[in-house]
Amino acid sequence: MPTLPHPLPDAEAQCRALADLIRPQLHRNPALIGIYSGGAWVAERLKELLGLPDDIGLIDVSFYRDDYSEKGLHPQVKPTVIPFDVEGRHLILVDDVLFTGRTTRAALNELFDYGRPASVAMAVLADRGGRELPIGAAYCVWNVDLDDNQRLALARSGRGDLVWRLEDA
Amino acid sequence: MHNPQLNANGELTHLLSIEGLPRAIITQILDTAASFMEVSARDVKKVPLLRGKSVFNLFFENSTRTRTTFEIAAKRLSADVINLDINKSSASKGETLLDTIDNLCAMHADLFVIRHASSGAPYLIAEHLQRAGRDDIHVVNAGDGRHAHPTQGLLDMYTIRHYKKDFTQLRVALVGDILHSRVARSDIHALTTVGVPEVRAIGPETLLPKHLDKLGVRVFHDMNEGLKDCDVVIMLRLQNERMAGALLPSAGEYFRHYGLTPQKLALARPDAIVMHPGPMNRGVEIHSEVADGPQAVILPQVTFGIAVRMAVMSIVAGN
Repeated sequence: MPTLPHPLPDAEAQCRALADLIRPQLHRNPALIGIYSGGAWVAERLKELLGLPDDIGLIDVSFYRDDYSEKGLHPQVKPTVIPFDVEGRHLILVDDVLFTGRTTRAALNELFDYGRPASVAMAVLADRGGRELPIGAAYCVWNVDLDDNQRLALARSGRGDLVWRLEDA
Repeated sequence: MHNPQLNANGELTHLLSIEGLPRAIITQILDTAASFMEVSARDVKKVPLLRGKSVFNLFFENSTRTRTTFEIAAKRLSADVINLDINKSSASKGETLLDTIDNLCAMHADLFVIRHASSGAPYLIAEHLQRAGRDDIHVVNAGDGRHAHPTQGLLDMYTIRHYKKDFTQLRVALVGDILHSRVARSDIHALTTVGVPEVRAIGPETLLPKHLDKLGVRVFHDMNEGLKDCDVVIMLRLQNERMAGALLPSAGEYFRHYGLTPQKLALARPDAIVMHPGPMNRGVEIHSEVADGPQAVILPQVTFGIAVRMAVMSIVAGN
């Protein structure tokens, strides 16, 4: 059983650390796209912390997942909203946890239906390894080792703070 | 009760009728359709959900709008679409319906969209597939006889929710030939399932089915009375062939009593919306000034219909 910090790290502090990693790239005028739902929350935080002018994009990858034929359509699909032109932009795709890479693959496919970005980088709070595709995060503040049956995800507390939840799947 | 639309897990695997659909499934379809609206607004109006799947549009009865919107919906899901105009093919050579289906299954069909003049034809096909152990093939009813037109019922609910947000405070009137209308039947089941507290049916006695009250519907023969304070007015097409029988005196007479004019519409709430499943008969059931007026949402209904059909196909094909 891998040992985890206890209590789990402060996700709000991790957002600030992630913003610090991205800040040197601001001259490229990047646009943020958060993956529902945890990634969307992190992207909102990053927009404020970095003072970015554009609204963040939000992406739901349900229509692009590779497990549709086994699992069917996710029962709660949210609309993807990309409020800026992706053509020629430097994009930063934001998620809470990077694991197999399949969600990222689906998000990339969806993004390219909107146009041809200049570049796409990935920013995550946590990287738990276990990749099944050649995908990596350019910006990450927490490398964490978990058992396959554990599920790490971001949640929002009653006050609206971002907090980590660890569940046994 | 056995519900052939649902699989062992209670998930939607065919869409045959609104009747018997749990409210949660209707809500899921409407929510999913809302996400598909965004796809239709993109430059690339396509998602890969049904890539490699074959959707057969089997229209044993004529239809332009429904067939076209199903075709567009399937194509936006990246499916391959095959349209069969059955009037001109095998059925006219004597092939039975189920033989046609078996042949299309042998061509590796994944989903059938069926319009048929006989009530129950889609059920017959769904049960035939089940008997054959083909739970990987799905059926969507695109209108069967006088029985049901469930995707129209769902797109009407989508339209109402889009403009009115909440179902639970509404008065909704259906006007016209309810007796012969599968749209009316699907709308009534949908409206009562989603929690609309007052559903009205307005029409002459000869065009209203008996025992509508048992479905929770208030019946009016006087349109002025029936439209009073309504939030939503759903006009139904008056099929010309009805005039031939003894049901109605003339189109002009019908329009005088049951045609939606600006004067009659003024009796409904000022923010009432006017819907029509199409095709419209201007000057028979609806005045052009209303059809083209600010309260009409007849063309948005068509746009919503594509998203709703995308939602239905992607949900059933995944279950």
